[in-house]
Amino acid sequence: MTTDTTPQVATIAPTTTVRHAAPKEPRSFNPGRALAWAFMILVILVSLFPFYWMLRTALSSNNALYAGSHSLLPVQASAGGFERVFGLQTGQEAIDAGGAGQAINFWRYLFNSVVVSTLITVGQVFFSAMAAYAFARLQWKHREKVFAFFLAGLMIPAIFTLLPNFVLIKQLGLVDTLLGIALPTMFMTPFAVFFLRQFFLGISREVEEAALMDGASKVRVFFRLILPMSVAPITTLAILTYIASWNEYFWALMVSYTDKSRVLTVALGVFKSQTPQTGPDWSGLMAATLVAALPMLVLFMLFAKRIVNSIGFSGIK
Amino acid sequence: MATATPTQQQASRRKAPTGYRDDTRLALLFILPALIGFAVFMIWPTLRGIYLSFTKFNLLTPPKFNGLDNYIRMVQDPVFWNALKVTLYYVVLNIGLQTVLALVIAVMMQRLTQKTWLRGIVLTPYLVSNVVAAMVFLWILDYQLGIGNTILAGLGLDRLPFLSSDTWVIPTIALINVWRHVGYTALLIFAGLQLIPETVYEAGKIDGASEVRMFRSITIPLLRPILSLVLIITVVGSFQVFDTVAIATRGGPVDSSRVLQFYIYDVAFGRFQFGYASAMSVALLAVLVVITFVQYRLTRAESSDLA
Repeated sequence: MTTDTTPQVATIAPTTTVRHAAPKEPRSFNPGRALAWAFMILVILVSLFPFYWMLRTALSSNNALYAGSHSLLPVQASAGGFERVFGLQTGQEAIDAGGAGQAINFWRYLFNSVVVSTLITVGQVFFSAMAAYAFARLQWKHREKVFAFFLAGLMIPAIFTLLPNFVLIKQLGLVDTLLGIALPTMFMTPFAVFFLRQFFLGISREVEEAALMDGASKVRVFFRLILPMSVAPITTLAILTYIASWNEYFWALMVSYTDKSRVLTVALGVFKSQTPQTGPDWSGLMAATLVAALPMLVLFMLFAKRIVNSIGFSGIK
Repeated sequence: MATATPTQQQASRRKAPTGYRDDTRLALLFILPALIGFAVFMIWPTLRGIYLSFTKFNLLTPPKFNGLDNYIRMVQDPVFWNALKVTLYYVVLNIGLQTVLALVIAVMMQRLTQKTWLRGIVLTPYLVSNVVAAMVFLWILDYQLGIGNTILAGLGLDRLPFLSSDTWVIPTIALINVWRHVGYTALLIFAGLQLIPETVYEAGKIDGASEVRMFRSITIPLLRPILSLVLIITVVGSFQVFDTVAIATRGGPVDSSRVLQFYIYDVAFGRFQFGYASAMSVALLAVLVVITFVQYRLTRAESSDLA
């Protein structure tokens, strides 16, 4: 359930936008251009500095941070922060280093996050693709009406359904389970259906007709033809869904109570609330923050081009 | 959302070029999982949320209908009004700053260089969760040890209690969320800019227009429909601010960062008053519907100057 401050409504453009060649500028010095570049460099610095600062702090000794608050490099470099995050330090060691001394094990939360995000992504993308195929290619009564009804769902803010959905998950006895966190977004989002339908509509009918002539069933056409031909948009959608579910906090916070179902975002909040109020374990906290952020950063590095180019407008001229 | 209309028309035009086959049974099978998900986790909770707002409900005993009690209580609840005020203040700061910055960044990405790496870097903060963003800025903006305040002190300025003073807390939270979302917003606007034909700029250049002049007379007017759509999306998102507050301030100091969504959570899960929490959710929903509608009308989002 996406309560992320920017809903995905207009995230993906299935049809690639018309790309205009970058204007050829004369290479002479131009003060306006220099100023613009200076501004962009500032933007780049501000975007990336917090990530460096997480790393720098996580690799510092917590007790040395006060004296070394001016240092741009790790102060008294140490892996202690990471050791506390993965529960490799004894309670006493952790307390001496400024930590809370409570046992935490981020492997567990990492595992929970992977399970929840995978369940949501696989379910949502597959079921949405099935529905999108029915809306794009199958002939049935009231097709457009049902589709319009689905689209109306785009207008319901995720946040509004959270409380009643929590009541429902509780009635189903799924509170504090990974399935309970995943369930509400495992079947579809109106956006996913809309996005995939757009793409399926663009696939040439002739190939499909030919397969049908050869006696293939429509089910077979979907699995053997439509899905393989749509690998690119399906991958894009899957990556974006994975990132959104990985970063979800509010819904997961409602549903999980114990380590059994705590995902990384929630665990990070708990870890923060356990740290001593006076003199928090900043190197431990930043190590945990980095561990929580790293999988998505790696995913981004692998698929940067695809993700960057996927942001646009679908269906608008 | 406006996104739907052109494609729907497109679809009906494409209908059945080679004889009509009826796939009703297969179609039903194919949409069944999505339909179940849609009905159970979107439609039903929406109706139920509205129903619960007219009840007294503590989660343990069945909801008891109590008419307009929750709404009457809401109108008389100073914390609710304060939360609404704080949220509005946050949205204005957050959206104002974010939109202006994103527009500038987008135009620069369009006019300076269209390299993917640059867009990738600008988007990086969006890849981490709000929780991660809140954590790292809590540290950077720490009063004694944070590098932000160390720099301020080094410049001979006063240290700022960013997240622990009632004056600074909302602007700070707004800035943290601008950091995370501005790249995403800039990329949306950038995608909109791609739709403006390059020839318009070339014509402007031949006429001797400066970059600033072209920005004012070409970019802004032609970008208006996209810009208003971006605004609708980001404003609706901005109203739902929760994560940053929950991690960084828990509504404090006192109530100065108690945004509506955090208050709703607090009433529901701190005091188990689900009925009252639902009533406030309905109020938030109503505010969002009205704002979306007004924005749509004011910015004439439906008509493009490009056509």
